[in-house]
Amino acid sequence: MLQSTGQSQQTLVEMRNAGVHRAGRWLVRGVDLTVRRGEIVTLIGPNGSGKSTTVKMAIGVLQPDDGIVRRAPALKVGYVPQKVTVDWTLPLSVERLMTLTGPLDRQKMAESLEAAGIAHLARAEVQALSGGEFQRALLARALAREPDLLVLDEPVQGVDFTGEIALYQLIGEIRDRTGCGVLLISHDLHVVMAATDTVLCLNGHVCCRGTPENVLKSPEYVKLFGARAGETLAIYRHHHDHTHLADGRVRQADGTIIDDPHHDHDHHHDHTGKGRDGEHEHAR
Amino acid sequence: MLDDFFTRALVAGIGLAMVVGPLGCFVVWRRMAYFGDTMAHSALLGVALSFLFEINLTVGVFAVAALASLALLFLQRHGTLSTDALLGILSHSTLALGLVMVAFMSWIRIDLMAFLFGDILAVSRLDIAMIYGGGALVLLALAWLWRPLLAATINPEIAEAEGMRPERARFIFMLLMAAMIAIAMKIVGIMLITSLLIIPAAAGRRFASTPEIMAVAASVAGAIAVVGGLTASLHFDTPSGPSIVVAALVLFLMSLAPPPRRQPALLKSGGKT
Repeated sequence: MLQSTGQSQQTLVEMRNAGVHRAGRWLVRGVDLTVRRGEIVTLIGPNGSGKSTTVKMAIGVLQPDDGIVRRAPALKVGYVPQKVTVDWTLPLSVERLMTLTGPLDRQKMAESLEAAGIAHLARAEVQALSGGEFQRALLARALAREPDLLVLDEPVQGVDFTGEIALYQLIGEIRDRTGCGVLLISHDLHVVMAATDTVLCLNGHVCCRGTPENVLKSPEYVKLFGARAGETLAIYRHHHDHTHLADGRVRQADGTIIDDPHHDHDHHHDHTGKGRDGEHEHAR
Repeated sequence: MLDDFFTRALVAGIGLAMVVGPLGCFVVWRRMAYFGDTMAHSALLGVALSFLFEINLTVGVFAVAALASLALLFLQRHGTLSTDALLGILSHSTLALGLVMVAFMSWIRIDLMAFLFGDILAVSRLDIAMIYGGGALVLLALAWLWRPLLAATINPEIAEAEGMRPERARFIFMLLMAAMIAIAMKIVGIMLITSLLIIPAAAGRRFASTPEIMAVAASVAGAIAVVGGLTASLHFDTPSGPSIVVAALVLFLMSLAPPPRRQPALLKSGGKT
C-alpha cells in the first residue's frame, strides 16, 4: 500500500505482545500485530493456533491477559464471525439482519447485497439460506456499515472453491474502494495471496510474518504446513475472465451477465503448474 | 367502569399481556425458559422476606428476583456446574426457602395459593395503576434496549465488536424481567408466570416475519388469552390464572394448524434455490 494520503497510514489496531490465558494455558501469546487503513492482514495457522482468539482480542471481544491492544478512537468495526446460528424461533430476514447493529438506508443495503451477490435473497429468512449464502449475508451486513476495519473469521466456510476466490476478490475490491483496513483469517494462504499485503503465521505465537511470497518461502511456514504447501502455487495463478454469481449466472469480463446452462468449466486456468494439491476440487 | 371486579381483572390482564409479550419473545429467542422459571420461583422468597422485614411486596419481589439472576451470572462465571444444574438448584431452593419461611411466620396469615397461582379477580385500582405505570416503564426501557439486545441475542460477538455492549444489554434485560415478575405475580402467580412469557410468544412466531412483528403478535396473543381465559373462568367457575394459561395453550395449538397454501417468499422474489 503506497497511497500517499496521510489518512491511509492511520493505524486502526495495534497489538503489542498480546496474549489470552484460559484454564491454565495460553491460547495465544506474544502477538504483535498492526492493521493500517487500506491494508489487508491475513492470519493463517493450523486449528487451535489462536487465530480466532487473536482476532477477538483485536476487536475487543476478548480482553488480553497479557500485553496491550489499542484501537483507533471511535473505530467502526464490521465483524463476520466464524459461525453464527440463528434460533428458528427468531424470525429474521436477510434485510432485517442488515440493520442488526445500526440503521441503514435502502440504497446502501441494496448495494451491499448486490456486492455480496445475494440481492435476490433480500427477503429470504436467514434460516433458509445455505452456508455460503448466509456467509455472504453476514459479509453484506458488515460491508453496509462502511466500517473502518473489516474483520472476517474464515469467511469462506461453506463456500465452494470458485466462490472462495470470488469472495476474496470482492474483499480486495472493497478495500480498494473504501480504503478500510481488513483483518482476515484463512486456512489457505494460496487462495488469499493475491489480496493480502501482510501475512501472520500463527501457532500459539507468531511463527513468521511478511508479504505472502516471503512467508511461503520461510522455513517456519514450510515446517508448519509441510513442504508440499509451498509448491502448489501455480494452479492459483490463473486469469479469471468471468465470475460465478451466487444465483448461478455468470458475469463475464466485459461486465455482461449470462445464464450459464452449459458451462463446461474450461476456465482459462493454468493447470500445468506443479500439480494440484488434492485439497481443492471444483464444485461441479 | 372499574367498579366491577371482572372489568378490573380484564383491564389488568390485558395490560400485563402487552408487557409480557415482547419480553417473552426474548425469553424464547435466548432459550431462557428455565431461567425465567427460576426468577419467578425466587419471587416467593421475595414475598417471605418482604413480610419478615415489612417492606413493600413489589419492591421485595423485584429485589430478590434481580439478586437471583445476578447470583446465576456470578456462578456461571466462577463455578464449575453447568447452567442447567445451577438453575435447578436456584429455582427450587429459592421456592423451598420461601415456603419454609412463610410457614415459620405463624404470626402473619399469608394466602399462599394467591401468590402461587395468582388472584386476578382481586386486583385493585392500585394494582392496575402499578401494571400500567410499571409496564409502560418496562416497555419503554425495552424499546430503548431493543437493538443492542437483539444483536446480543443473535450473536454476542458481533454485538461486542460493533459497540452494542451485549453484557450491559443482558443485565438490563434481567432487571426488566425481575420488574415484570414483581408486577405479574399477583395476576397469574409465581408458578404460571413463565407460561405467560413463553406460550403467547410461541403462538406469535407463526405469524411473524420480523422480530418486531413477533413481539406485537405475542402481546396480541397474550391479550386474547386473557380475555378468553377470564371469560371461561367466569362461565365455568374455574381458577382464573390457570384458565388464562389454558386459553394461551389453545391459541398456541391453533397456531400449529397447517397454513393455507401460499408461495414462500423465496420463490416470489424470483431467485433460484
